[in-house]
Amino acid sequence: MSARVDTLLWLMQRASAMILGVAVAVHLGVIVRAVRGGVTAHEIIERLQGNTAWFAFYVVFAAAVAVHGSIGLRTVLREMTPLPTRLIDSVTVILVIVLISMGWRAVAGLYGFGT
Amino acid sequence: MRRGRLIAASRNHPTYWAFVVHRLSGVLLTLFLPAHFYVLSLAIRGEASLDGFLKWTDNPLVKAAETGLIILLAAHLTGGLRLLALEFLPWRDWQKSMVALSGGVSVAIGLLFLLNAF
Amino acid sequence: MVATLNVSIWRGGERGKFVSYEVPSRDDQTVLDVITHVQRHIDPTLTYRFACRVGMCGSCAMTVNGTPRWTCRTHVSRVTGTGRLEIAPLQNLKVLKDLCVDMTAFFDKWARAKGAFVATAEKGADFVRIKPDGRRRRQADAAIECIGCAVCYASCDVVTWNKDYLGPAALNRAWTLVNDDRDGGNKARLAAVAGDAGCHSCHSHQSCGELCPKHLNPTASIAGLKRATVLALLKGAL
Repeated sequence: MSARVDTLLWLMQRASAMILGVAVAVHLGVIVRAVRGGVTAHEIIERLQGNTAWFAFYVVFAAAVAVHGSIGLRTVLREMTPLPTRLIDSVTVILVIVLISMGWRAVAGLYGFGT
Repeated sequence: MRRGRLIAASRNHPTYWAFVVHRLSGVLLTLFLPAHFYVLSLAIRGEASLDGFLKWTDNPLVKAAETGLIILLAAHLTGGLRLLALEFLPWRDWQKSMVALSGGVSVAIGLLFLLNAF
Repeated sequence: MVATLNVSIWRGGERGKFVSYEVPSRDDQTVLDVITHVQRHIDPTLTYRFACRVGMCGSCAMTVNGTPRWTCRTHVSRVTGTGRLEIAPLQNLKVLKDLCVDMTAFFDKWARAKGAFVATAEKGADFVRIKPDGRRRRQADAAIECIGCAVCYASCDVVTWNKDYLGPAALNRAWTLVNDDRDGGNKARLAAVAGDAGCHSCHSHQSCGELCPKHLNPTASIAGLKRATVLALLKGAL
């Protein structure tokens, strides 16, 4: 990868990190509150169904984590495994696509699409 | 062999361990993510499907594992914020204390979860 | 009855082994003293480097009990807590013989990071006015005292994991030049230090800063390079 592409990936990693800094803090807050008295699907869906704000939040959250995790894993694979660079880059792209699809599918399901 | 020791003496300092925690938590969380998304997407098949899974998580061993995951997430978050400060803000010499601070906050969040879960 | 100290020293090249020697134990002995004693009185074939022996030149850098240090500034009493003294050549560099390493790769990376001043002034031009307490000059001054001893390079995990990684010393030097108002080479320099072989692979372990005998902070310099390269990228100048 050229220096320019590497720099861009680094920037995307840090930008997604900043988004996640806020999103994960919110997520942890939600979890700690929600787990009181046990978690039920009903509680989760009730909070999300038809709620545009939460929907937007989770769409952005899922995208950011997909990008952040994939680029992060790419670095780990490059530094700690003997796998060829080309293969690692392909794995990264595939991982982003898989994680975004799975994440957005989950958000869509909880928001109320498809049910 | 020259590298006789797995962890060389030169690595035994706080910011190195902060790195280890950050990398390890990042890898584990990335591996957990597909499972997490899959479970949540069970909601598409209706509440009952997701509820069925959630009932299973009532068991204490699962709650312990969840606490572990929360700590990993909190650690990765606090460590990450420390790194963002290091890279984007002018250097401060009390960076080291930030390591201790992140560690403390992560464990605190994990405990909060644990207390609420029971 | 003179007290003795048992020391383990690497003998050989890339392949070799640790050999034990018994040396007289003296007060205020440094690790360099121990090595010198072995070469002069026990085994003249031991190869090692030193020059000033007073902590100014950085030539005597070696791995002492797993940590890269200047042997002339390392008192034996400070490092033999467990009763062991093990001396090996610097890590991350090819071993030539015994305690000598090939510094070529270290200095090649210095050049690859464009760690050399690029003059712009014409002959007879007026001096560039630089305030000593200006932000850029202070940033350069904080990093300028590097003497290229390679202790940071030897302690860096990323250097171990990524053979193309330029390393803390080369990047630190590039940073001093990025901050130099007289230098004209920044476009090429930022391109040279960006990317996975450059500053973006630094994970801020900070072993470099922990161990630098001149108390420099390559991590801070590299963070500066990260900001500078990203700014250049966003301006389309990378």
